[in-house]
Amino acid sequence: MKKLINDPSTVVQEALRGIAAAHPELRVDQQHKVIYRGDAPVRGKVGLISGGGSGHEPLHGGFVGLGMLDAACAGEIFTSPVPDQMLEATKGVDGGAGVLHIVKNYTGDVMNFEMAAEMAAADGIEVSSVVTDDDVAVQDSLYTAGRRGVGVTVLVEKIAGAAAEQGRSLAEVAGVARKVNEQGRSMGIALTSCTVPAAGKPTFDLAENEMEIGIGIHGEPGRRRAELGTAREIAEVLIEPILGDLDFTGGDGVIAFVNGMGGTPLIELYVMYAEVAAALDKAGVGIARSLVGPYITSLEMAGCSVTLVKADEDLLRLWDAPVRTPALRWGI
Amino acid sequence: MDIEALTAWIRAFAGLVAENKDLLTHLDAAIGDADHGINMDRGMSAVVAALDDEQPETVAALFKLTGMKLVSTVGGASGPLYGTLFLRMGAATDDAATLDADTFAKALRAGMGGVVARGKAEAGDKTMYDALAPAVDTLEQELAGGAGLGPALRAALRAAEGGRDATVGMLARKGRASYLGERSVGHQDPGATSVTLLVAAAASALPDGN
Repeated sequence: MKKLINDPSTVVQEALRGIAAAHPELRVDQQHKVIYRGDAPVRGKVGLISGGGSGHEPLHGGFVGLGMLDAACAGEIFTSPVPDQMLEATKGVDGGAGVLHIVKNYTGDVMNFEMAAEMAAADGIEVSSVVTDDDVAVQDSLYTAGRRGVGVTVLVEKIAGAAAEQGRSLAEVAGVARKVNEQGRSMGIALTSCTVPAAGKPTFDLAENEMEIGIGIHGEPGRRRAELGTAREIAEVLIEPILGDLDFTGGDGVIAFVNGMGGTPLIELYVMYAEVAAALDKAGVGIARSLVGPYITSLEMAGCSVTLVKADEDLLRLWDAPVRTPALRWGI
Repeated sequence: MDIEALTAWIRAFAGLVAENKDLLTHLDAAIGDADHGINMDRGMSAVVAALDDEQPETVAALFKLTGMKLVSTVGGASGPLYGTLFLRMGAATDDAATLDADTFAKALRAGMGGVVARGKAEAGDKTMYDALAPAVDTLEQELAGGAGLGPALRAALRAAEGGRDATVGMLARKGRASYLGERSVGHQDPGATSVTLLVAAAASALPDGN
Protein backbone atom coordinates (compact mmCIF):
# COMPACT_ATOMS: atom_id res chain seq x y z
CA MET A 1 0.00 0.00 0.00
CA LYS A 2 1.40 3.36 -1.10
CA LYS A 3 -0.59 6.31 0.28
CA LEU A 4 -0.02 9.87 1.44
CA ILE A 5 -1.01 9.22 5.04
CA ASN A 6 0.49 9.35 8.52
CA ASP A 7 -1.43 6.50 10.10
CA PRO A 8 -4.14 4.29 8.56
CA SER A 9 -6.33 4.64 11.64
CA THR A 10 -6.47 8.47 11.66
CA VAL A 11 -7.01 9.24 7.98
CA VAL A 12 -10.56 10.57 8.39
CA GLN A 13 -9.73 12.84 11.35
CA GLU A 14 -6.62 14.20 9.64
CA ALA A 15 -8.46 14.85 6.37
CA LEU A 16 -11.12 16.77 8.34
CA ARG A 17 -8.33 18.89 9.84
CA GLY A 18 -7.14 19.60 6.31
CA ILE A 19 -10.63 20.59 5.17
CA ALA A 20 -10.95 22.95 8.14
CA ALA A 21 -7.58 24.52 7.34
CA ALA A 22 -8.26 24.85 3.60
CA HIS A 23 -11.82 26.12 3.91
CA PRO A 24 -12.18 28.68 6.69
CA GLU A 25 -15.65 29.45 5.32
CA LEU A 26 -16.77 26.04 6.66
CA ARG A 27 -17.01 24.95 10.28
CA VAL A 28 -15.70 21.50 11.16
CA ASP A 29 -16.79 19.73 14.34
CA GLN A 30 -13.87 17.35 14.83
CA GLN A 31 -15.49 15.49 17.72
CA HIS A 32 -18.64 14.52 15.80
CA LYS A 33 -16.92 14.53 12.40
CA VAL A 34 -19.45 16.93 10.88
CA ILE A 35 -18.67 19.65 8.31
CA TYR A 36 -21.03 22.66 8.47
CA ARG A 37 -21.68 25.70 6.34
CA GLY A 38 -20.08 28.58 8.23
CA ASP A 39 -23.44 30.36 8.56
CA ALA A 40 -25.52 27.31 9.63
CA PRO A 41 -28.26 27.23 10.72
CA VAL A 42 -29.76 29.53 8.09
CA ARG A 43 -32.96 31.00 9.58
CA GLY A 44 -36.12 29.98 7.73
CA LYS A 45 -34.32 27.76 5.20
CA VAL A 46 -34.77 24.00 4.99
CA GLY A 47 -31.53 22.41 6.21
CA LEU A 48 -29.94 19.72 4.05
CA ILE A 49 -27.65 17.11 5.50
CA SER A 50 -26.05 14.07 4.02
CA GLY A 51 -23.24 11.79 4.96
CA GLY A 52 -21.87 8.33 4.61
CA GLY A 53 -18.67 6.41 4.75
CA SER A 54 -15.55 8.41 3.86
CA GLY A 55 -13.46 7.60 0.79
CA HIS A 56 -15.87 9.10 -1.78
CA GLU A 57 -14.49 12.64 -1.67
CA PRO A 58 -15.46 15.25 -2.61
CA LEU A 59 -18.84 13.65 -1.69
CA HIS A 60 -20.22 14.72 0.82
CA GLY A 61 -18.08 17.27 2.68
CA GLY A 62 -16.94 18.96 -0.53
CA PHE A 63 -20.56 19.81 -1.29
CA VAL A 64 -21.22 21.80 1.86
CA GLY A 65 -21.90 25.46 1.23
CA LEU A 66 -24.32 27.93 -0.30
CA GLY A 67 -26.78 26.28 -2.67
CA MET A 68 -25.99 22.71 -1.66
CA LEU A 69 -25.59 20.94 1.73
CA ASP A 70 -25.75 22.61 5.14
CA ALA A 71 -23.79 19.79 6.76
CA ALA A 72 -22.12 16.48 5.97
CA CYS A 73 -21.35 13.64 8.41
CA ALA A 74 -18.17 11.69 7.80
CA GLY A 75 -18.07 8.01 8.74
CA GLU A 76 -14.97 5.86 8.81
CA ILE A 77 -13.80 4.82 5.35
CA PHE A 78 -16.65 2.95 3.63
CA THR A 79 -18.52 2.70 6.96
CA SER A 80 -21.74 4.57 7.72
CA PRO A 81 -21.59 7.37 10.28
CA VAL A 82 -23.56 6.75 13.50
CA PRO A 83 -26.88 8.37 14.54
CA ASP A 84 -25.21 10.64 17.13
CA GLN A 85 -23.35 12.42 14.32
CA MET A 86 -26.47 12.79 12.19
CA LEU A 87 -28.53 14.00 15.15
CA GLU A 88 -25.88 16.59 15.97
CA ALA A 89 -25.80 17.75 12.35
CA THR A 90 -29.61 17.84 12.16
CA LYS A 91 -29.79 20.08 15.25
CA GLY A 92 -26.96 22.24 13.91
CA VAL A 93 -28.66 23.03 10.58
CA ASP A 94 -32.27 23.34 11.76
CA GLY A 95 -33.27 26.91 10.91
CA GLY A 96 -36.89 26.30 11.82
CA ALA A 97 -38.06 25.06 8.41
CA GLY A 98 -37.19 21.39 8.93
CA VAL A 99 -34.28 19.24 7.79
CA LEU A 100 -33.88 16.93 4.79
CA HIS A 101 -31.68 13.84 5.10
CA ILE A 102 -30.16 12.70 1.80
CA VAL A 103 -29.20 9.04 2.22
CA LYS A 104 -27.50 6.67 -0.21
CA ASN A 105 -29.19 3.27 -0.30
CA TYR A 106 -26.87 1.05 1.71
CA THR A 107 -28.24 -1.00 4.61
CA GLY A 108 -26.04 0.63 7.25
CA ASP A 109 -26.57 4.19 6.04
CA VAL A 110 -30.34 3.77 5.82
CA MET A 111 -30.65 2.28 9.34
CA ASN A 112 -28.38 4.84 11.01
CA PHE A 113 -30.14 7.77 9.34
CA GLU A 114 -33.50 6.23 10.28
CA MET A 115 -32.51 6.13 13.95
CA ALA A 116 -31.19 9.70 13.77
CA ALA A 117 -34.45 10.87 12.21
CA GLU A 118 -36.42 9.20 15.02
CA MET A 119 -34.22 10.87 17.65
CA ALA A 120 -34.52 14.27 15.93
CA ALA A 121 -38.30 13.88 15.73
CA ALA A 122 -38.32 13.15 19.48
CA ASP A 123 -36.47 16.48 19.90
CA GLY A 124 -39.21 18.24 17.94
CA ILE A 125 -37.34 18.73 14.64
CA GLU A 126 -39.24 17.99 11.46
CA VAL A 127 -37.16 15.61 9.34
CA SER A 128 -37.81 14.21 5.90
CA SER A 129 -35.59 11.62 4.22
CA VAL A 130 -34.80 10.84 0.61
CA VAL A 131 -32.93 7.65 -0.24
CA THR A 132 -31.00 7.61 -3.53
CA ASP A 133 -30.95 4.31 -5.45
CA ASP A 134 -29.85 4.87 -9.04
CA ASP A 135 -27.36 2.07 -9.75
CA VAL A 136 -28.81 -0.06 -12.55
CA ALA A 137 -26.02 -2.62 -12.07
CA VAL A 138 -28.13 -4.17 -9.30
CA GLN A 139 -30.82 -5.96 -11.28
CA ASP A 140 -32.70 -8.24 -8.98
CA SER A 141 -33.86 -5.48 -6.69
CA LEU A 142 -36.81 -7.32 -5.09
CA TYR A 143 -34.43 -9.90 -3.66
CA THR A 144 -31.55 -7.66 -2.68
CA ALA A 145 -30.99 -4.63 -0.47
CA GLY A 146 -32.14 -2.68 -3.54
CA ARG A 147 -30.25 -0.53 -5.97
CA ARG A 148 -27.27 1.29 -4.56
CA GLY A 149 -27.11 5.06 -4.29
CA VAL A 150 -24.29 6.36 -6.49
CA GLY A 151 -23.80 9.24 -8.98
CA VAL A 152 -27.29 10.69 -8.79
CA THR A 153 -26.58 11.65 -5.16
CA VAL A 154 -24.33 14.49 -6.36
CA LEU A 155 -27.09 15.85 -8.60
CA VAL A 156 -29.74 15.44 -5.87
CA GLU A 157 -27.59 17.43 -3.44
CA LYS A 158 -27.06 20.22 -5.98
CA ILE A 159 -30.65 20.50 -7.18
CA ALA A 160 -32.38 20.06 -3.80
CA GLY A 161 -29.84 22.47 -2.29
CA ALA A 162 -30.86 25.12 -4.82
CA ALA A 163 -34.53 24.50 -4.07
CA ALA A 164 -33.90 25.01 -0.35
CA GLU A 165 -31.88 28.15 -1.05
CA GLN A 166 -34.91 29.55 -2.95
CA GLY A 167 -36.97 29.20 0.22
CA ARG A 168 -39.09 26.22 -0.79
CA SER A 169 -40.76 24.18 1.98
CA LEU A 170 -39.44 20.88 3.35
CA ALA A 171 -42.10 18.93 1.45
CA GLU A 172 -41.21 20.74 -1.79
CA VAL A 173 -37.46 20.29 -1.37
CA ALA A 174 -37.95 16.59 -0.57
CA GLY A 175 -40.20 16.31 -3.62
CA VAL A 176 -37.53 17.80 -5.90
CA ALA A 177 -34.90 15.45 -4.43
CA ARG A 178 -37.14 12.41 -5.00
CA LYS A 179 -37.88 13.49 -8.54
CA VAL A 180 -34.18 13.77 -9.42
CA ASN A 181 -33.57 10.31 -7.96
CA GLU A 182 -36.56 8.77 -9.75
CA GLN A 183 -35.48 10.29 -13.05
CA GLY A 184 -31.83 9.38 -12.61
CA ARG A 185 -29.93 6.18 -13.47
CA SER A 186 -26.23 5.27 -13.21
CA MET A 187 -23.80 2.56 -14.19
CA GLY A 188 -20.08 2.26 -13.46
CA ILE A 189 -16.98 0.26 -14.36
CA ALA A 190 -13.66 -0.28 -12.61
CA LEU A 191 -10.26 -0.79 -14.20
CA THR A 192 -8.44 -1.33 -10.89
CA SER A 193 -9.35 -1.96 -7.26
CA CYS A 194 -9.21 0.48 -4.37
CA THR A 195 -7.30 -0.13 -1.14
CA VAL A 196 -8.93 0.72 2.20
CA PRO A 197 -6.10 2.12 4.40
CA ALA A 198 -7.06 -0.01 7.42
CA ALA A 199 -7.12 -3.16 5.27
CA GLY A 200 -3.80 -2.34 3.59
CA LYS A 201 -4.44 -4.47 0.51
CA PRO A 202 -6.63 -4.15 -2.59
CA THR A 203 -10.33 -4.94 -2.06
CA PHE A 204 -10.44 -7.17 -5.13
CA ASP A 205 -8.13 -8.40 -7.87
CA LEU A 206 -8.54 -7.47 -11.48
CA ALA A 207 -6.13 -8.66 -14.16
CA GLU A 208 -4.29 -6.13 -16.34
CA ASN A 209 -6.63 -6.79 -19.31
CA GLU A 210 -9.91 -6.96 -17.32
CA MET A 211 -12.62 -4.56 -16.21
CA GLU A 212 -15.47 -5.04 -13.71
CA ILE A 213 -18.75 -3.88 -15.23
CA GLY A 214 -21.34 -2.55 -12.81
CA ILE A 215 -18.89 -1.91 -9.96
CA GLY A 216 -20.15 -0.33 -6.72
CA ILE A 217 -18.42 2.65 -5.10
CA HIS A 218 -17.01 0.44 -2.32
CA GLY A 219 -15.58 -2.13 -4.69
CA GLU A 220 -18.69 -4.32 -4.48
CA PRO A 221 -18.95 -6.76 -7.36
CA GLY A 222 -20.69 -5.71 -10.51
CA ARG A 223 -22.70 -7.61 -13.09
CA ARG A 224 -19.76 -9.26 -14.76
CA ARG A 225 -16.09 -9.17 -15.54
CA ALA A 226 -15.00 -8.65 -19.13
CA GLU A 227 -11.95 -8.01 -21.24
CA LEU A 228 -11.01 -4.33 -21.25
CA GLY A 229 -12.55 -2.53 -24.23
CA THR A 230 -12.03 0.83 -25.90
CA ALA A 231 -13.63 3.99 -24.50
CA ARG A 232 -16.27 3.70 -27.24
CA GLU A 233 -17.12 0.13 -26.27
CA ILE A 234 -17.18 0.99 -22.57
CA ALA A 235 -19.50 3.95 -23.19
CA GLU A 236 -21.93 1.60 -24.91
CA VAL A 237 -21.70 -0.95 -22.11
CA LEU A 238 -22.55 1.79 -19.59
CA ILE A 239 -25.25 3.60 -21.59
CA GLU A 240 -27.16 0.55 -22.79
CA PRO A 241 -28.51 -0.64 -19.39
CA ILE A 242 -29.30 2.97 -18.39
CA LEU A 243 -31.38 3.64 -21.51
CA GLY A 244 -32.94 0.19 -21.17
CA ASP A 245 -34.20 1.07 -17.70
CA LEU A 246 -35.85 4.43 -18.34
CA ASP A 247 -36.96 6.34 -21.43
CA PHE A 248 -34.72 9.41 -21.60
CA THR A 249 -35.94 10.68 -24.97
CA GLY A 250 -38.10 13.77 -25.37
CA GLY A 251 -38.72 16.39 -22.69
CA ASP A 252 -36.08 18.97 -21.98
CA GLY A 253 -33.10 16.65 -22.37
CA VAL A 254 -30.84 15.13 -19.74
CA ILE A 255 -28.14 16.18 -17.34
CA ALA A 256 -25.22 13.94 -18.38
CA PHE A 257 -22.63 13.26 -15.68
CA VAL A 258 -19.40 11.37 -16.37
CA ASN A 259 -17.79 10.69 -13.00
CA GLY A 260 -14.25 9.59 -12.24
CA MET A 261 -13.79 6.89 -9.59
CA GLY A 262 -10.68 8.55 -8.15
CA GLY A 263 -7.77 7.05 -10.08
CA THR A 264 -8.69 8.02 -13.63
CA PRO A 265 -7.28 11.26 -15.09
CA LEU A 266 -9.60 13.97 -16.39
CA ILE A 267 -8.33 13.57 -19.95
CA GLU A 268 -9.72 10.01 -20.01
CA LEU A 269 -13.01 11.22 -18.54
CA TYR A 270 -13.30 13.67 -21.45
CA VAL A 271 -12.55 10.87 -23.92
CA MET A 272 -15.42 9.00 -22.23
CA TYR A 273 -17.69 12.05 -22.29
CA ALA A 274 -17.22 12.42 -26.06
CA GLU A 275 -18.24 8.78 -26.52
CA VAL A 276 -21.20 9.11 -24.14
CA ALA A 277 -22.41 12.23 -25.96
CA ALA A 278 -22.13 10.46 -29.32
CA ALA A 279 -23.96 7.38 -28.01
CA LEU A 280 -26.76 9.54 -26.59
CA ASP A 281 -27.06 11.44 -29.85
CA LYS A 282 -27.40 8.17 -31.73
CA ALA A 283 -30.13 7.08 -29.26
CA GLY A 284 -32.05 10.32 -29.75
CA VAL A 285 -31.37 11.61 -26.23
CA GLY A 286 -30.66 15.35 -26.01
CA ILE A 287 -28.11 16.67 -23.52
CA ALA A 288 -29.21 19.80 -21.69
CA ARG A 289 -26.34 20.09 -19.17
CA SER A 290 -23.17 18.19 -18.37
CA LEU A 291 -20.80 17.51 -15.51
CA VAL A 292 -17.40 15.83 -15.93
CA GLY A 293 -14.97 15.04 -13.13
CA PRO A 294 -14.27 12.97 -10.02
CA TYR A 295 -17.19 13.88 -7.73
CA ILE A 296 -18.19 10.56 -6.12
CA THR A 297 -15.08 8.45 -5.91
CA SER A 298 -13.92 5.16 -4.51
CA LEU A 299 -10.50 6.05 -3.09
CA GLU A 300 -7.87 5.42 -5.82
CA MET A 301 -10.00 3.10 -7.95
CA ALA A 302 -9.56 3.69 -11.68
CA GLY A 303 -12.75 3.72 -13.70
CA CYS A 304 -15.79 5.84 -14.24
CA SER A 305 -19.54 5.97 -14.01
CA VAL A 306 -22.22 7.56 -16.13
CA THR A 307 -25.32 9.15 -14.60
CA LEU A 308 -28.24 10.51 -16.60
CA VAL A 309 -31.08 12.54 -15.11
CA LYS A 310 -34.13 13.34 -17.19
CA ALA A 311 -34.55 17.07 -16.73
CA ASP A 312 -37.37 19.58 -16.99
CA GLU A 313 -37.40 23.36 -16.91
CA ASP A 314 -37.57 23.54 -13.11
CA LEU A 315 -34.73 21.08 -12.57
CA LEU A 316 -32.53 22.91 -15.09
CA ARG A 317 -33.17 26.27 -13.43
CA LEU A 318 -32.22 24.74 -10.08
CA TRP A 319 -29.13 23.13 -11.65
CA ASP A 320 -28.03 26.55 -12.99
CA ALA A 321 -28.62 28.34 -9.68
CA PRO A 322 -25.57 29.67 -7.83
CA VAL A 323 -23.52 27.21 -5.78
CA ARG A 324 -20.44 27.84 -3.65
CA THR A 325 -18.84 24.74 -2.13
CA PRO A 326 -15.27 23.40 -2.14
CA ALA A 327 -15.97 21.05 -5.06
CA LEU A 328 -18.75 22.72 -7.08
CA ARG A 329 -19.00 26.45 -7.60
CA TRP A 330 -20.65 28.52 -10.28
CA GLY A 331 -22.96 31.47 -10.78
CA ILE A 332 -21.33 33.51 -8.05
CA MET B 1 -32.24 -13.01 37.85
CA ASP B 2 -30.90 -9.75 39.23
CA ILE B 3 -29.03 -6.93 37.60
CA GLU B 4 -25.62 -8.47 38.44
CA ALA B 5 -26.54 -11.61 36.54
CA LEU B 6 -27.74 -9.62 33.52
CA THR B 7 -24.60 -7.48 33.62
CA ALA B 8 -22.55 -10.69 33.69
CA TRP B 9 -24.44 -11.81 30.55
CA ILE B 10 -23.52 -8.62 28.69
CA ARG B 11 -19.90 -8.85 29.84
CA ALA B 12 -19.77 -12.51 28.80
CA PHE B 13 -21.06 -11.50 25.35
CA ALA B 14 -18.30 -8.88 25.12
CA GLY B 15 -15.77 -11.58 26.02
CA LEU B 16 -17.05 -13.97 23.36
CA VAL B 17 -17.08 -11.20 20.73
CA ALA B 18 -13.45 -10.35 21.56
CA GLU B 19 -12.45 -14.03 21.37
CA ASN B 20 -14.23 -14.48 18.03
CA LYS B 21 -13.35 -11.10 16.55
CA ASP B 22 -11.16 -12.52 13.79
CA LEU B 23 -13.66 -15.26 12.95
CA LEU B 24 -16.49 -12.71 12.57
CA THR B 25 -14.36 -10.44 10.41
CA HIS B 26 -13.21 -13.39 8.33
CA LEU B 27 -16.81 -14.53 7.71
CA ASP B 28 -17.74 -10.95 6.79
CA ALA B 29 -14.82 -10.70 4.33
CA ALA B 30 -16.36 -13.49 2.25
CA ILE B 31 -19.78 -11.89 1.72
CA GLY B 32 -19.67 -8.40 3.25
CA ASP B 33 -17.10 -5.74 3.95
CA ALA B 34 -14.77 -7.48 6.38
CA ASP B 35 -15.45 -5.43 9.49
CA HIS B 36 -18.11 -7.23 11.58
CA GLY B 37 -15.69 -8.52 14.22
CA ILE B 38 -13.81 -5.22 14.43
CA ASN B 39 -17.03 -3.20 14.73
CA MET B 40 -18.73 -5.49 17.28
CA ASP B 41 -15.60 -5.67 19.39
CA ARG B 42 -15.25 -1.88 19.38
CA GLY B 43 -18.90 -1.57 20.43
CA MET B 44 -18.88 -4.21 23.18
CA SER B 45 -15.58 -2.86 24.56
CA ALA B 46 -17.28 0.55 24.83
CA VAL B 47 -20.23 -1.08 26.63
CA VAL B 48 -17.90 -2.80 29.11
CA ALA B 49 -16.02 0.46 29.72
CA ALA B 50 -19.32 2.22 30.42
CA LEU B 51 -20.37 -0.56 32.83
CA ASP B 52 -17.02 -0.22 34.62
CA ASP B 53 -17.84 3.47 35.14
CA GLU B 54 -21.38 3.08 36.38
CA GLN B 55 -23.57 0.16 37.41
CA PRO B 56 -27.13 0.89 36.26
CA GLU B 57 -29.78 0.46 38.94
CA THR B 58 -32.60 -0.96 36.86
CA VAL B 59 -32.71 -3.63 34.18
CA ALA B 60 -34.16 -1.09 31.76
CA ALA B 61 -31.26 1.29 32.41
CA LEU B 62 -28.76 -1.52 31.85
CA PHE B 63 -30.27 -2.49 28.50
CA LYS B 64 -30.69 1.14 27.45
CA LEU B 65 -27.05 1.96 28.23
CA THR B 66 -25.93 -1.11 26.28
CA GLY B 67 -28.16 -0.26 23.32
CA MET B 68 -27.18 3.41 23.16
CA LYS B 69 -23.46 2.59 23.38
CA LEU B 70 -23.77 0.07 20.54
CA VAL B 71 -25.72 2.51 18.36
CA SER B 72 -23.10 5.21 18.82
CA THR B 73 -19.96 3.11 18.44
CA VAL B 74 -20.57 0.14 16.12
CA GLY B 75 -21.69 1.83 12.87
CA GLY B 76 -22.69 -0.07 9.74
CA ALA B 77 -25.89 -2.09 9.97
CA SER B 78 -24.92 -4.00 13.12
CA GLY B 79 -24.93 -0.85 15.29
CA PRO B 80 -28.60 -0.01 14.70
CA LEU B 81 -29.63 -3.70 14.78
CA TYR B 82 -27.91 -4.70 18.04
CA GLY B 83 -28.64 -1.26 19.50
CA THR B 84 -32.35 -1.60 18.74
CA LEU B 85 -32.36 -5.15 20.17
CA PHE B 86 -31.17 -3.88 23.56
CA LEU B 87 -33.19 -0.64 23.50
CA ARG B 88 -36.41 -2.61 22.89
CA MET B 89 -35.45 -5.07 25.64
CA GLY B 90 -35.05 -2.09 27.94
CA ALA B 91 -38.44 -0.68 26.95
CA ALA B 92 -40.00 -4.08 27.72
CA THR B 93 -38.67 -4.32 31.29
CA ASP B 94 -39.90 -1.05 32.88
CA ASP B 95 -38.08 -0.19 36.10
CA ALA B 96 -37.66 -3.70 37.44
CA ALA B 97 -34.55 -4.52 39.47
CA THR B 98 -34.89 -8.24 38.78
CA LEU B 99 -36.39 -10.35 35.98
CA ASP B 100 -37.99 -13.75 36.10
CA ALA B 101 -37.35 -16.17 33.25
CA ASP B 102 -40.64 -15.44 31.50
CA THR B 103 -40.07 -11.68 31.56
CA PHE B 104 -36.55 -12.21 30.21
CA ALA B 105 -37.95 -14.27 27.34
CA LYS B 106 -40.60 -11.62 26.70
CA ALA B 107 -37.96 -8.89 26.64
CA LEU B 108 -35.88 -10.92 24.20
CA ARG B 109 -38.96 -11.37 21.99
CA ALA B 110 -39.53 -7.58 22.10
CA GLY B 111 -35.88 -6.99 21.23
CA MET B 112 -36.17 -9.32 18.26
CA GLY B 113 -39.28 -7.41 17.18
CA GLY B 114 -37.09 -4.31 17.08
CA VAL B 115 -34.50 -6.08 14.93
CA VAL B 116 -37.22 -7.11 12.47
CA ALA B 117 -38.73 -3.62 12.38
CA ARG B 118 -35.31 -2.06 11.77
CA GLY B 119 -33.87 -4.60 9.34
CA LYS B 120 -37.07 -5.87 7.71
CA ALA B 121 -35.54 -9.32 7.54
CA GLU B 122 -37.62 -12.45 7.10
CA ALA B 123 -36.75 -16.05 7.86
CA GLY B 124 -34.34 -17.40 5.25
CA ASP B 125 -32.86 -14.04 4.23
CA LYS B 126 -29.45 -15.12 5.65
CA THR B 127 -29.28 -12.65 8.54
CA MET B 128 -28.96 -12.63 12.35
CA TYR B 129 -32.72 -13.26 12.45
CA ASP B 130 -32.18 -16.81 11.19
CA ALA B 131 -30.32 -17.70 14.40
CA LEU B 132 -32.16 -15.40 16.80
CA ALA B 133 -35.70 -16.48 15.89
CA PRO B 134 -35.25 -20.22 16.58
CA ALA B 135 -33.47 -19.34 19.85
CA VAL B 136 -36.33 -17.13 21.07
CA ASP B 137 -38.98 -19.64 19.94
CA THR B 138 -37.19 -22.48 21.73
CA LEU B 139 -36.64 -20.48 24.92
CA GLU B 140 -40.36 -19.70 25.12
CA GLN B 141 -41.40 -23.29 24.39
CA GLU B 142 -39.01 -24.75 26.95
CA LEU B 143 -40.10 -22.32 29.66
CA ALA B 144 -43.76 -22.93 28.85
CA GLY B 145 -43.08 -26.68 29.15
CA GLY B 146 -41.78 -26.18 32.67
CA ALA B 147 -38.02 -26.20 32.04
CA GLY B 148 -35.77 -24.13 34.27
CA LEU B 149 -33.96 -21.13 32.81
CA GLY B 150 -30.63 -22.95 32.47
CA PRO B 151 -31.90 -25.94 30.47
CA ALA B 152 -34.16 -23.65 28.43
CA LEU B 153 -31.23 -21.39 27.50
CA ARG B 154 -29.09 -24.39 26.58
CA ALA B 155 -31.85 -25.62 24.29
CA ALA B 156 -32.13 -22.10 22.85
CA LEU B 157 -28.39 -22.12 22.17
CA ARG B 158 -28.67 -25.40 20.25
CA ALA B 159 -31.49 -23.84 18.22
CA ALA B 160 -29.41 -20.73 17.52
CA GLU B 161 -26.47 -22.87 16.41
CA GLY B 162 -28.75 -24.85 14.11
CA GLY B 163 -30.11 -21.61 12.63
CA ARG B 164 -26.61 -20.21 12.24
CA ASP B 165 -25.38 -23.32 10.45
CA ALA B 166 -28.41 -23.26 8.15
CA THR B 167 -27.41 -19.80 6.87
CA VAL B 168 -24.54 -21.46 4.97
CA GLY B 169 -26.93 -22.79 2.36
CA MET B 170 -29.03 -19.63 2.11
CA LEU B 171 -28.99 -16.98 -0.60
CA ALA B 172 -28.53 -13.53 0.97
CA ARG B 173 -31.43 -11.15 0.47
CA LYS B 174 -30.41 -8.36 2.82
CA GLY B 175 -27.39 -6.12 3.23
CA ARG B 176 -24.24 -5.97 1.18
CA ALA B 177 -24.15 -9.77 0.82
CA SER B 178 -27.33 -9.60 -1.29
CA TYR B 179 -25.39 -7.97 -4.16
CA LEU B 180 -23.54 -11.26 -4.53
CA GLY B 181 -26.71 -13.20 -5.37
CA GLU B 182 -25.87 -16.89 -5.92
CA ARG B 183 -22.27 -16.25 -4.90
CA SER B 184 -23.44 -15.71 -1.29
CA VAL B 185 -24.43 -19.39 -0.99
CA GLY B 186 -21.88 -21.56 0.84
CA HIS B 187 -20.87 -18.91 3.38
CA GLN B 188 -21.99 -18.68 7.02
CA ASP B 189 -23.66 -15.38 7.89
CA PRO B 190 -21.55 -13.24 10.25
CA GLY B 191 -24.61 -11.66 11.95
CA ALA B 192 -26.15 -15.07 12.66
CA THR B 193 -22.77 -16.06 14.09
CA SER B 194 -22.47 -13.08 16.45
CA VAL B 195 -26.06 -13.37 17.69
CA THR B 196 -25.39 -17.04 18.51
CA LEU B 197 -22.60 -15.74 20.77
CA LEU B 198 -25.20 -13.57 22.52
CA VAL B 199 -27.30 -16.68 23.25
CA ALA B 200 -24.20 -18.65 24.26
CA ALA B 201 -23.30 -15.87 26.71
CA ALA B 202 -26.80 -16.12 28.22
CA ALA B 203 -26.52 -19.90 28.57
CA SER B 204 -23.19 -19.57 30.36
CA ALA B 205 -23.71 -16.44 32.48
CA LEU B 206 -27.36 -16.46 33.52
CA PRO B 207 -28.45 -18.50 36.55
CA ASP B 208 -29.69 -22.04 36.13
CA GLY B 209 -32.92 -21.63 38.11
CA ASN B 210 -35.66 -19.08 37.64
